[in-house]
Amino acid sequence: MSNVYRIRGVRDLPREELFAPGHGLCAGCTAGTVIRHLLKISGRDTIVVNATNCVEVSTTMYPYTSWRVPWIHVAFENAAAVASGIETALRVMARKGLIDPNKRINIVVLAGDGGTYDIGLQALSGMLERGHRVMYVLYDNEAYMNTGIQRSGSTPLHAWTTTTPLGKVLRGKMQPKKPIAEIVAAHRIPYVATANIAYPIDMDQKFLKGLQVEGPSFIHVLQPCPTGWRFDPRYGIEVGRLAVETAMWINWEITMGDFKVTVRVPKRKHVKHYLRIQGRFRDLSEEEIEEIQELINKEVERINRMAGEEVIGPLAE
Amino acid sequence: METRLESRVRQARVILNSNYAAAYAVRDADVDVISAYPITPQTGVVEKLSEMIAEGELDAEMIHVESEHSALSAIVGASAVGARVFTATSSQGLEYMHEVLHIASGMRLPLVMAIATRAISAPISIWNDYTDLMNVRDTSWITFVASTAQEVYDSIIEAYMVSEDPRILLPSIVAYDGFWMSHTYEPLYIPEDRESVSKMLPRRPRYTLDPDNPITMGSIVNPDWYYEIKYQQVEAMKEAYSVIREADAKIEENLGRVYKPVESYLAEDSEILVLTYGGIYGTLQTAVDLLRSEGLRVGALRLRLWRPFPARDLKTLVEDAKTLIVVDRAISYGASIEGPVALETIAALYREGLYPAIASFIAGIGGRPVSEDDFRGMVKKALELGERALKIGSIHWGVRGVEYE
Repeated sequence: MSNVYRIRGVRDLPREELFAPGHGLCAGCTAGTVIRHLLKISGRDTIVVNATNCVEVSTTMYPYTSWRVPWIHVAFENAAAVASGIETALRVMARKGLIDPNKRINIVVLAGDGGTYDIGLQALSGMLERGHRVMYVLYDNEAYMNTGIQRSGSTPLHAWTTTTPLGKVLRGKMQPKKPIAEIVAAHRIPYVATANIAYPIDMDQKFLKGLQVEGPSFIHVLQPCPTGWRFDPRYGIEVGRLAVETAMWINWEITMGDFKVTVRVPKRKHVKHYLRIQGRFRDLSEEEIEEIQELINKEVERINRMAGEEVIGPLAE
Repeated sequence: METRLESRVRQARVILNSNYAAAYAVRDADVDVISAYPITPQTGVVEKLSEMIAEGELDAEMIHVESEHSALSAIVGASAVGARVFTATSSQGLEYMHEVLHIASGMRLPLVMAIATRAISAPISIWNDYTDLMNVRDTSWITFVASTAQEVYDSIIEAYMVSEDPRILLPSIVAYDGFWMSHTYEPLYIPEDRESVSKMLPRRPRYTLDPDNPITMGSIVNPDWYYEIKYQQVEAMKEAYSVIREADAKIEENLGRVYKPVESYLAEDSEILVLTYGGIYGTLQTAVDLLRSEGLRVGALRLRLWRPFPARDLKTLVEDAKTLIVVDRAISYGASIEGPVALETIAALYREGLYPAIASFIAGIGGRPVSEDDFRGMVKKALELGERALKIGSIHWGVRGVEYE
């Protein structure tokens, strides 16, 4: 296996780029960053199953492709089922001598939040329950960005989308984000992690672990979207970092049932620092921002309880 | 179908229903990956295959998916890496697969699927008709409709021969009557030596997802290219006809059974021909005997190949007849002729420059039996109505309270 190595810093990453430039992702889109890192970790012996999403339409405009590894897109809701078929077929064909039985091929699903939280949840649950050796990477930009910023099960409380406008009666999305990674973890698969492009080494270590387990793994990556979240394209990484610093996002992992927060936050910032640089939260009132802060305070309490210590510190600024 | 007693391959006489006949064909085709979801009346196919895998009789894996949508998606993935694959379904399950049916053919993957046909909800009915199959008419799957368990077995072998042919690379459906065939035991012959089937189905190279030669499958295509790509599918489906005829010849040579796209019974000297499909063909043949004993020159036709539609074969058989009665087992609501095969037949004969008097009947909907007497009644009604028959559209046979004058 080509990826048995430790990643301590960016210098440990291979130089080879398996994701070619020239694609049509938006300026500042951090999905491209996720994919570059992902393919550096998985290497050439990888088959990518892409659900319908921004990445699919932006990287494979016929007759061009950005993918230097085998890649398949079938539909929106079934990437986990397609990956199940690929994994099973490779196993049977290796057993029957139809392909090289000594080659370990990584099977990676790349799906967005709509394709995972909503329309793809059933196929994902089936894949997890059956225990296929597939790493499912969810890049989460918190709305249906491919169709033009509509609300998904991942959209956070009070966020503006084109289907959850901020009006006099309804104030953005009226429900909080679905805890998808914990729903996945409830399937008791070997490895589940949350990650964030502002912490690339943490993310890459998680990709590596996910590929090494004998069974399903799930990596949930927060992917700031300049177009849908309404921020200047240069701030993608900064938005990601603020998500962690405000505890709007927490990087954790569950390895064979053991929960661990991988990026500790000794003192956290008020959520307004994260919300105010994004147009999708721009028109929220002080009360609404405090409502979100309350939600986060409770979440931090819950996470600290799960960790058994204070991994996310008190509100400091 | 004619059976030659001598064939190249030694065969054993067995008693199977059509579901099990499908399963034995899949076993003998040495399929690698099967994925299916239970639905009546198909379930017997995958139950039998699960037994075969559990007993080590078939070296394959069954993916027990959580839906039909995933069943078809999983074998799309498996086929994309080069595996030989199979699924089976009925009715609602086929409806649920619908999106992926188009994708499978558009990606040119040689999948094979058995369909034990069944009526569609609502109201819910587990019994037979062909509305499910007719709803997938335009999905670009080669479609055989069998009328015996023997033909189910042979057609599944044939489907792999045709689908995997590098000139074609389209998926295939083998359909048969739910319950009337799926659960009815019949004698049939299957090869004693599975190697003989393997020889008929060599593994052929095609484009697959291979890390040593990476390709992109299922990319997005803009208006500059989409139509040309879809047109290749149009051509492949047309070409499938001659490849099916080659496969028919190989089935005859190896297994001794003769298949034609349109089968016929006493058609040569008939003034009146009755065309239908599926398991009721046997009943129709008996009805033809009865009608002939009453002095009517009636013959029977059976459509075995639905896609690609065998227009020329039909023309040749219908050429000398005065009246053609088409008995459909599905409804196309709001169509000018509500029987899907009747509609297609009229278009095909018009294209071939043939204009017999045609009557369209619909019968057997939702599992209602179609007897010899029903066929006799339909023939007599068609003769009584004459040219008025087609003006009515389709005649819904046996619906209580409906009269056609």
